[in-house]
Amino acid sequence: MDLRKIGDNIWEIAKQGEMRVPALIYSSARLLEDIRRDMTLTQARNVACLPGIERMSYVMPDAHQGYGFPIGGVAAFDLDGGIISPGGVGYDINCGVRLLKTDYTETDVAAKRKELLAEIFKEVPAGVGKGGVTKLSRSVLKEILVKGAEWAVENGYGRKEDLERTEEHGRMEDAATDGISDRAMERGIPQLGTLGSGNHFLEIQKVHEIYDDAAARAFGIRAPGQVLVMVHCGSRGLGHQVATDYIESMASAFGVKGLPDRELVHAPFKSAEGQRYYRSMCAAVNYAFANRQMIAHWVRDVFARVLGSAKGIDQIYDVCHNVAKVETHDVDGRPKRLVVHRKGATRSFGPGRPEVTECYRSAGQPVIIPGSMGTASFVLAGTPEAESLSWSSTAHGAGRVMSRHEAMRRFRGEKIRDDLARRGIELRSTSWKGVAEEAAEAYKDVDEVVRVSHEVGLGRLVAKVVPVGVMKG
Amino acid sequence: MERYRILPHTADGKFQAFGKTLGEAFGNAALAMSSLMFDWTEVEPRARHFIHVRGTDREQLLVKFLGEIVYLLDTKKFLLGKVDGLRIRPEFEGFSLEAVLAGETLSDRHELHGGVKAVTYHELKIEECDGFTVQVVVDM
Repeated sequence: MDLRKIGDNIWEIAKQGEMRVPALIYSSARLLEDIRRDMTLTQARNVACLPGIERMSYVMPDAHQGYGFPIGGVAAFDLDGGIISPGGVGYDINCGVRLLKTDYTETDVAAKRKELLAEIFKEVPAGVGKGGVTKLSRSVLKEILVKGAEWAVENGYGRKEDLERTEEHGRMEDAATDGISDRAMERGIPQLGTLGSGNHFLEIQKVHEIYDDAAARAFGIRAPGQVLVMVHCGSRGLGHQVATDYIESMASAFGVKGLPDRELVHAPFKSAEGQRYYRSMCAAVNYAFANRQMIAHWVRDVFARVLGSAKGIDQIYDVCHNVAKVETHDVDGRPKRLVVHRKGATRSFGPGRPEVTECYRSAGQPVIIPGSMGTASFVLAGTPEAESLSWSSTAHGAGRVMSRHEAMRRFRGEKIRDDLARRGIELRSTSWKGVAEEAAEAYKDVDEVVRVSHEVGLGRLVAKVVPVGVMKG
Repeated sequence: MERYRILPHTADGKFQAFGKTLGEAFGNAALAMSSLMFDWTEVEPRARHFIHVRGTDREQLLVKFLGEIVYLLDTKKFLLGKVDGLRIRPEFEGFSLEAVLAGETLSDRHELHGGVKAVTYHELKIEECDGFTVQVVVDM
């Protein structure tokens, strides 16, 4: 594909054929080698052809091939002439990351590390087919879908201040449950409060390095060695079913003829079908917020039990990286409301954005970028430049480079566990094969991903954190 | 005859399944998808679920059929071991499929090493040439 370098770590696919806008790729030459190997660029070009797309079809540094839209794709559409697409959000609606800080240091937890992880492993259901601990009625589930993390806090899972430190305050106001199928509900009921499988994990981490003292301080990150907890999961079967349902129903309503990929199916944002999907997606987002809120609460419980106190275990932030949101952005010098699709991309609002909670308004929104299992993760801060660069978005993780099948063939879970143990990292999982599938070698180098993000200005590096205990679903 | 083949795919699960008939290829696709999550050869046919799905075309029929297996695992913890009596019939608008899924409820005896979130249309292919080949990518 014809790719032109237009700046440091910036590449462009010029407008051609049916493209309505160019596609812009933020990547180093090294990451681009991986990106070029699969269908990422073709998919970015396909997105550029969709009705109502504004400015650019963006590709983040950790991008890889997805369905319809690439993973690591960001695209914003006009509310009137534009569309909404389930393929632009992904199957795991509001897959996201929550980061908690503690007042404990590495030394404080050293002796109890094993016990902490074992207790968390007992407390937080994980793995495929593992049901939640809460038996939900359908009416309670509906309440959760409307209220999100707010429901969880009202029901004793966590604290009010957690909500302020969650994207959308843990609740998408536009959520409605009338477009959620029985199937989605049935899949959602047993899975609330569960981590799930695949690349989802819970890590006890320590701060490794701080790059930006002022922002770190604002986020509650004080010094290397400080213990943090990261939770990476999403809306489970409920969200997957919502995506599945609307990919079908939009195909029936609007057809798929002429689409290069059936997963690019979309509906005008303001159409009845578009709105039904949008509101159902918001409900699935809320489910995921409640999910992470409950898991974080159990983590606090375990810390209190094992170490004597959960004091100082405050939420740094909770970000979604699979979502479509109505946001106001600058278009040709004027504020305009757009529906921004972030599929495998994290919002990175800079200082001053009213959506960001007061306490972070001068530092910028915390951006949490998880690495692969056993490798580093990063905390970044949103930048003012990201507004014009990427509709205030940056990367979401490491991004795979090797298939699960290949990883399972090449690696052994037990060996990975032993290797990690030698590096002082404890690992618990429901499946050693699952661990092999998530081997760090199967992922891109997350250090390179965040370096590009920082250099281009999509998100500013604040801190690097490394795991001391990993629980994999 | 080889039932299915798992293909490399960066992020997710991709496979081809084969059959002398379309139905046989669909049945083998169900086993291929199961193999991405657990060892279906270890699953005994203790429980049975009758399923009936409709699709406007063969592609949609396949996606919906495989979707049933994902749904049964999520909601009933049902692991597929065998597909019985799979019948595909043309209908006025599209196709319908009936089958009995035999398997057992997830227990400590089984190891699930992955979960299929959804069945996608991405790179989905149904080809007829000396029997049938279907290709599916699932989100994991």
